[in-house]
Amino acid sequence: MITGSEALMQALIHEGVDTVFGYPGGSIMPVFDAMYDHQNDFKQVLVRHEQGAAHAAQGYARASGKVGVCLVTSGPGATNTITGVADAMLDSTPIVVIAGQVAANFLGTDAFQEVDLVGITQPISKWSYQVRRPEDIAWAVARAFHIAGSGRPGPVVLDFAKNAQVGMVDFKPATIDVERGYIAIPETDPKSVEEAAALINAAERPLLLAGQGIELSNATEELRAFVEKADIPVGCTLLGLSTLPHGHRLRKGMLGMHGNLGPNVKTNECDLLIAVGMRFDDRVTGRLDAYAKQAKVIHLDIDPAEINKNVYADVAVLGDCKDTLARLTAAIDEAQHTEWIESFAPYEEKEWNEVIRHAIYPEEGPLRMGEVARAVSEASGNKAILVTDVGQNQMMSARYFQYTQKRSIITSGGLGTMGFGLPAAVGATFGAPDRTVCVFMGDGGIQMSIQEFGTIMETGAPVKMILLNNNYLGNVRQWQELFFGKRYSCTPMLNPDYMKIAEAYGIPSQLVVERDQLASAIDTMLATDGPFLLEVAIMENENVMPMTPPGGAVNVMMMNAMDC
Amino acid sequence: MEKKLYTLIVHSENIAGLLNQITAVFTRRQLNIESLNASASSIKGIHRYTITTWSDEDTIIKVTKQIEKKIDVVQAHYFLDDEIFMQEVALFKISTPKLLENPLISKTIRRYGARIMEANAVYAVVEKSGVTDEIIALRTELDAFDCVLQYVSSGRIAVTRDTAEHVNEYLEKINKG
Ligand SMILES: Cc1ncc(C[n+]2csc(CCOP(=O)(O)OP(=O)(O)O)c2C)c(N)n1
Ligand SMILES: [Mg+2]
Repeated sequence: MITGSEALMQALIHEGVDTVFGYPGGSIMPVFDAMYDHQNDFKQVLVRHEQGAAHAAQGYARASGKVGVCLVTSGPGATNTITGVADAMLDSTPIVVIAGQVAANFLGTDAFQEVDLVGITQPISKWSYQVRRPEDIAWAVARAFHIAGSGRPGPVVLDFAKNAQVGMVDFKPATIDVERGYIAIPETDPKSVEEAAALINAAERPLLLAGQGIELSNATEELRAFVEKADIPVGCTLLGLSTLPHGHRLRKGMLGMHGNLGPNVKTNECDLLIAVGMRFDDRVTGRLDAYAKQAKVIHLDIDPAEINKNVYADVAVLGDCKDTLARLTAAIDEAQHTEWIESFAPYEEKEWNEVIRHAIYPEEGPLRMGEVARAVSEASGNKAILVTDVGQNQMMSARYFQYTQKRSIITSGGLGTMGFGLPAAVGATFGAPDRTVCVFMGDGGIQMSIQEFGTIMETGAPVKMILLNNNYLGNVRQWQELFFGKRYSCTPMLNPDYMKIAEAYGIPSQLVVERDQLASAIDTMLATDGPFLLEVAIMENENVMPMTPPGGAVNVMMMNAMDC
Repeated sequence: MEKKLYTLIVHSENIAGLLNQITAVFTRRQLNIESLNASASSIKGIHRYTITTWSDEDTIIKVTKQIEKKIDVVQAHYFLDDEIFMQEVALFKISTPKLLENPLISKTIRRYGARIMEANAVYAVVEKSGVTDEIIALRTELDAFDCVLQYVSSGRIAVTRDTAEHVNEYLEKINKG
């Protein structure tokens, strides 16, 4: 017989957990005590705020493809993870949050640090379960990892009552078999594959929308084989940016509000839209009644609830897209759409001339976000993992980074969580220790998680931090400029001396103000072993362009503030 | 889109907290639940919810899928009235003096095929099972006699008219592996 806490250790080891991000407290102390004996079995990272633990688990999961784990105490420890749980739900990230809970006989009494965590997290998690008896640990942990990591991944919350942590149990690891209340991967109807193939063969102007589902299914090879055989241009969602490498002939850039002009305009010109592992988020579609009305739609997804949710699909191909893409590739004819693919060129040229050129190769004036992002990307050989915070820094770095490997972008897409970037980047360094991890943050977002400098200091996590400091909550400032009559309510921001903060944490850092210092500072950052903070003084009133105004049609993009 | 009264039949594992999750799907879509019944089903360990709501078809399809997506929900299906057999039950607690005073009251009760379950000097309890419209009609008539002390009606319960048993078939398939 062992304690429930030790049983949890065995269960985590059985699941292959190699890193846990955590923060202790009263109701989880028996578990932390058990962990003390397992310091060689998995890494134990003490974060500086539980929100950071959840985001770090997310970053770990997205970099590695494995389930991220975070461990916190009850009450405030648990509620501090909520933003991460919600974020993981919207972005389909597999994490397991294990939170302490008061002993079962105290439940419902408003005991010290008791919150109804299951009640709070049920609507924002894939599964949420209270473990009240040590006997349930084996099954609950096995099921938690199974549910988090299978099908459409998502966050699972285990609310772990203290009596179950200290009670004794005869532990045997469990495995989860078929379940009647959870179908991870729906069956693919062979007829749907045939119908989709027929539509694809008949299409003259097909466009494929590549979403994160392709990464989650590890199907980047299948995507490539499919689009190459059918000769179909590809627009990527924000989370799907690294599904097809930069420089590929068929990669036509990013979709959505701050995406590229070509794929957005062409969405409303194509005759067939093939959506793969994406969910037609409003930031991608703009106004739905003006979205791809001329096109037939094929939707490949693992989640039946996504079909027809926002955009009606003429053919829905349910299943794991690693499998369905391969089946489709086998079912279709080889094709060429040269003229159609070439028709993207004028839009690429227009965007290059009116936006991109000025964003990444400005010749004068203050430094700009795009040039920093492109320079960092290139200096890393376009091989780094880009982690972003939220705001202009996110859109600019996502736009101007170049991706040549899969799983190369980690960003908060669905929830748009400021403060996500720094802890997620810490997690990513544990999830992909062989890769360079660069996180781009704004002066607003960095301060929402700046305490994680402590985690970085302590673990030495080699996070390359790029702070794009425009002294504004820039994204909001942009909306105020464009849509609120330049009334800059609560967006200018007085900033601290970040070099001093980095120094206090013993993190090497450099501030770049002049353009001619940028390249060498980036080289220094990348050449430095371990973490580095590169702060860049950015033009204060830069706007992210092009832009589909909120509620606008996908194909009508502003190229500059004058278009407003 | 036109709103109709839909009946959802949901089969799930019998787990505390699941009902919460199901009703939350309605709340998020701003649908009122008209009635709700939870009970055992014909299948061991499987619980069954019968829920009615006014909705358009597009929304009810999405709601049904989002309910079915919840972990431990086995299946969810939606129906219109002509696809199900349905029943509700109502209880009326009626003042006995009024009942004796006005012979029209017992006539009405008989006319609706309702039954007196219990009667004493103070009150009588009348049970009526049927479809919503009948129950409401009886209630309206009894109300007019000013004799109703208490009224309660159950949620709708329903079984499908379909000759296929989708949930059973699905579970058989799963059990076979
Ligand atoms: C937690 C949270 N609060 C508020 C917002 C709204 N918001 C989106 S972008 C943004 C400004 C971000 O400013 P900064 O971090 O400096 O980035 P910039 O846009 O200037 O690059 C704000 C306030 C948010 N997304 N998340
Ligand atoms: Mg800023």
